[in-house]
Amino acid sequence: MATLDSKIPEGPIKDKWTNHKNNINLVNPANKRLIDVIVVGTGLAGGAAAASLAEMGYNVKSFCYQDSPRRAHSIAAQGGINAAKNYQNDGDSTYRLFYDTVKGGDYRSREANVYRLAEVSANIIDQCVAQGVPFARDYGGLLDNRSFGGVLVSRTFYAKGQTGQQLLLGAYSALSRQIGKGKVKMYGRHEMLDVVIVDGKARGIIARNMVTGEIQSHSAHAVVVATGGYGNVFFLSTNAMGSNVTAAWKIHKKGAYFANPCYTQIHPTCIPRSGDHQSKLTLMSESLRNDGRIWVPKKMEDVLAIREGKLKPTQIKDEDRDYYLERRYPAFGNLVPRDVASRAAKERCDAGYGVNATGEAVYLDFKSAIFRYGTEKALVEGIENPSAAKIQELGKAVIEAKYGNLFQMYYKITDDNPYESPMMIYPAVHYTMGGIWVDYNLMTTIPGCYAAGEANFSDHGANRLGASALMQGLADGYFVLPYTIGDYLANEIRTGEISTDLPEFKAAKKEVEDRIAKMMNIKGTKSVDYFHKRLGKVMWDKVGMARNVQGLTEAMAEIRAIRDEFWSDLRIPGTADSLNPELEKAGRVADFLELGELFAKDALERRESCGGHFREDSVEVGGEQEGEALRDDVNFKHVSAWEWTGDPATSILHKEDLKFDNIELKQRSYK
Amino acid sequence: MAEKFIDITLKIWRQKDAKSAGKMVDYPMKKVSTDSSFLEMLDLLNEDLVNKGEEPVAFDHDCREGICGMCSLFINGEAHGPDRGVTTCQLHMRMFKNGETITIEPFRANAFPLIKDLVTDRGSFDRIIQKGGFVSVNTSGNTQDANALPIPKVDADNAFDAATCIGCGACVATCKNASAMLFVSAKVSQLALLPQGKVEATERVLNMVHQMDMEGFGNCTNTGACEVECPKGISLDNIARMNREYLKASIIAE
Repeated sequence: MATLDSKIPEGPIKDKWTNHKNNINLVNPANKRLIDVIVVGTGLAGGAAAASLAEMGYNVKSFCYQDSPRRAHSIAAQGGINAAKNYQNDGDSTYRLFYDTVKGGDYRSREANVYRLAEVSANIIDQCVAQGVPFARDYGGLLDNRSFGGVLVSRTFYAKGQTGQQLLLGAYSALSRQIGKGKVKMYGRHEMLDVVIVDGKARGIIARNMVTGEIQSHSAHAVVVATGGYGNVFFLSTNAMGSNVTAAWKIHKKGAYFANPCYTQIHPTCIPRSGDHQSKLTLMSESLRNDGRIWVPKKMEDVLAIREGKLKPTQIKDEDRDYYLERRYPAFGNLVPRDVASRAAKERCDAGYGVNATGEAVYLDFKSAIFRYGTEKALVEGIENPSAAKIQELGKAVIEAKYGNLFQMYYKITDDNPYESPMMIYPAVHYTMGGIWVDYNLMTTIPGCYAAGEANFSDHGANRLGASALMQGLADGYFVLPYTIGDYLANEIRTGEISTDLPEFKAAKKEVEDRIAKMMNIKGTKSVDYFHKRLGKVMWDKVGMARNVQGLTEAMAEIRAIRDEFWSDLRIPGTADSLNPELEKAGRVADFLELGELFAKDALERRESCGGHFREDSVEVGGEQEGEALRDDVNFKHVSAWEWTGDPATSILHKEDLKFDNIELKQRSYK
Repeated sequence: MAEKFIDITLKIWRQKDAKSAGKMVDYPMKKVSTDSSFLEMLDLLNEDLVNKGEEPVAFDHDCREGICGMCSLFINGEAHGPDRGVTTCQLHMRMFKNGETITIEPFRANAFPLIKDLVTDRGSFDRIIQKGGFVSVNTSGNTQDANALPIPKVDADNAFDAATCIGCGACVATCKNASAMLFVSAKVSQLALLPQGKVEATERVLNMVHQMDMEGFGNCTNTGACEVECPKGISLDNIARMNREYLKASIIAE
């Protein structure tokens, strides 16, 4: 059985990473040419890692399920990327970024990892600018910043609402350069379906060519899994349709511990579900909360009239509106962290005040901001006694300049004009903080197998701050993994090429082929989506924003039942030896059906509320904080790392105690 | 606008694989919500087909929010369908009328060989980028400070506008010559506008254009359909800029 050694270097926190880099083993340049590394996933973490490893001289094989590495879902990130550059001279520092990230994660992340993340954050911006990433600039030609996610400094770099796209295309360009040089062999439309372990070490993967159906064996001296998060276990999420847990789950089943699966971020500002046809949810950037006020009607009769289309939200007087975030959290108001804002929306909708037909929507209103900006602009332009219409016009122009692309996106999806009528929003699953357990070197509990980016668990604790996901993906890919992997590979220089004729490869390949055959041969009556939607409903209803013992216990049993039904009544048309999207989906949903149960089990086991994990039986009683989340540092100040046993219900829990030597643990308060 | 339900007939290109012959097949659809997106409508069709034991229609898609560039489809003779400034995944059924017949074909071009049904291989775009769509800088952590090199805002903004290309291939699919000039010029422009990209500008434009020709894309005859159909509004100015860069590079290279 593997042991949980986090391998955090000794010494003061600010010296750990430097000392570690000075002390770890290096591979000589000539020997790097003898070493192969497989990188699965081409998002910020995977793309950056593959490019960097190839630049260093390793032979890299890169895999993605999309047709091109440029399409990984990092591309959809809107808001920005944090870095402790202190360009705005507002007192930012590595320590402050570190502190904010640990606090934002509700003290459930590993201090040393987070400090390193903050430390390399500035290098990321330098690197990306050198690559030609067109960040927003001010009129002096220098980089612009904005504040984000309720922190007290402006440290977020951005490229309009498409920061993820520009950063990913930067990593893709670096990767493309190495593909052109022959240092990276790219396998698009390939899906990793297993990891191959030889003598206890990760030695390769089994992948399916999604066009021909061919099952291939690929060997390497190390395997990096950078395959993103598992939010699609909820069926509806802001993830891409193809985002999946499969690669992470396969390594979990072969020995990699899965940490904190229940830590999920439910983002408060997404476009609500409109009906049963819905296939995914669309995020509206958190930056909208800087200017929008969130409300529902105070009176139930107004709610009903709105749902029946007899009343418009603009007709409801200010005194009849419940600005519930401002009411409950006067200090932070509409800028409370994501988890708090999401739960408050759910609370109002559960109480019956949801404002659309499904009862799951609240208003995000820009009327006040339009008036405020319009008045200000009129003053600046020297317009005396401006008419209400003029103020509106000027205010709308300011809002358009700030959020134009988001308003346009909202309009295209809903056919509703957010300049005239408030937006409707509702929380949606967005990011998963949990993931594969890794040590300080990003190595999993399988020697030679690494996890990077959203796929690992290490940096965000129980809740991620805005603009930190891009930072972590690129930090892992450009600046952490390429160094730390050398420590392991230095011992592999005498290994030589690894043959895919080894019995372990043949066995793994057969296992994959048998599983596909089994799935194809069920020949039942229900589609993959039928099961996926049912799983998603159980997850959302019972393992979603608020969790309790009864719901979680039921969820585990229900997911198991859906899984059994899946394996007896699934229908996949077509054949396995050709492009078959139904087969691809089936493989992913089969893994979600196992993960979902472990997810619920983890949530059941963690009898505290922390970050995105809210337990109804762990709340403050009495006093100003009545009803707010109650963390339990005495019993749960640990990482829950699960070991696979063959059945998610009997997975074994291992705990990594979290030590906080540099930050004092406090209750988060936004009152 | 309130949700409505419409009946439509789909005419979809079905082709088993690259070797087989393809044909248009009719699929009537009843009570499609006008609030659903075009791809959600196809999800419903596929769900029906699976339930009947037939093979669903294969089409490319992933992010479903207009940014990954994976979705394609030539709908009623237009790349990404009748709406402007959107990808197919952002197109909604309210753009169509009750009783309408909707034709759906793949993005057709010699340089985009068909894989199955509506799925094509756009790997030629990747190979063009591999020939020079980058700045040759290694990851080191020791590059100069990001603010050491001020870039005029107007150049940064123009570079950004060019960089928003999602590589979907609508420009190629809509061009009567199947030219990739808008795609290639967007990348050439982004890097030509920035000081970081100027060092390699000459080789970049020559190598990328050479690869574009090798892949079998057609020539540009300035019809401008690409700009109209581009979901990201990439401007024809980029093509003009690339032509200048190419001319300049050709003279220097001689």
